[in-house]
Amino acid sequence: MPAVPPRSGDAIFASIERVNAELFTLTYGAIVRQLLTDLEEVDEVNKQLDQMGYNIGIRLIDEFLAKANISRCVDFKETADVIAKVGFKMFLGISASLTNWDADGTTCSIVLEDNPLVDFVELPDTCQGLHYCNVLSGVIRGALEMVSMKTEVTWVRDMLRGDDAYELQVKLLKQVPEEYPYKDDE
Amino acid sequence: MQFFGGSDVSPSPPATTAAGHNANMMYMFNRNGVCLFYREWNRPLHTLNPQQDHKLMFGLLFSLKSLTAKMDPTSGDKGNLGMPQLPGQGCSFHCFRTNTYKLSFMESPSGIKIILVTHPKTGDLREATKYIYNLYVEYVVKNPMYAPGTPIRCDLFTTNLDQYVRSIS
Repeated sequence: MPAVPPRSGDAIFASIERVNAELFTLTYGAIVRQLLTDLEEVDEVNKQLDQMGYNIGIRLIDEFLAKANISRCVDFKETADVIAKVGFKMFLGISASLTNWDADGTTCSIVLEDNPLVDFVELPDTCQGLHYCNVLSGVIRGALEMVSMKTEVTWVRDMLRGDDAYELQVKLLKQVPEEYPYKDDE
Repeated sequence: MQFFGGSDVSPSPPATTAAGHNANMMYMFNRNGVCLFYREWNRPLHTLNPQQDHKLMFGLLFSLKSLTAKMDPTSGDKGNLGMPQLPGQGCSFHCFRTNTYKLSFMESPSGIKIILVTHPKTGDLREATKYIYNLYVEYVVKNPMYAPGTPIRCDLFTTNLDQYVRSIS
């Protein structure tokens, strides 16, 4: 049976069930608002958003692999390319681009042109340290961990803080190969 | 690949059970060796207790994967046998057949392994295992009550799986 080619992000985005964009944005806003009320510390909220993103990411990876028909990526460059071109398109309907590759090929930046999470949002003065979209960094970190890549994902530019675009830096820390999980004497 | 060259006469496919299932049994493992799911529809012979059976199956596949990758005549890079492999390296085997059964295997890059044991005349089951993976995503991964890495206890998944397996040829 011939191998099925991977599907493009647009094709998948068109074929899966979608939810109203405003509902999504407002729900996310309500979550952040509630976290701020409950936790009060901006750093705590950032951590919690990252953790939530991580829990989403470890499940999201299976859906992504099932729907996109992607076979294993050979190296990190291909992985980042797939995240930007297929992943973001498929789940959020936005196109992302890759820039700032370093010499090793282990760090790159994903630039988002628009971001549905932040429609209608303005950060007040009391929340200036808040990474509003921190859930996205958690999602990427969680998803990559399930495919054996330990990464560190941070926000470099954030439009809510006055920059001109959204930029995420993804750094590959190490690749964890599969090991036989049972001890030999058991 | 066929292990025992011998006779070409294989027993006729087992009479389908009252429920009409076409597969014998199915296993699902995650990357840590936890058996997420085991279902049997037609297995007359039990030789090991369930834990040993699962460990044996997982160990077999782990070794087979490693072996088949190292024997690959087209790949240039050859590490030592037994060295842990990065996902993405090496080829991946997808089935083996004996004179009494056929075992089909699929592994996703996230480490989810699906094993389907059927009668030997079954055709290529790669599409079937992919479909089962999709069922897993829909009914298990998206289920908020399911904790990843634990055995699957989702009725919807089991029902849909049973229904699908009936239609495998």
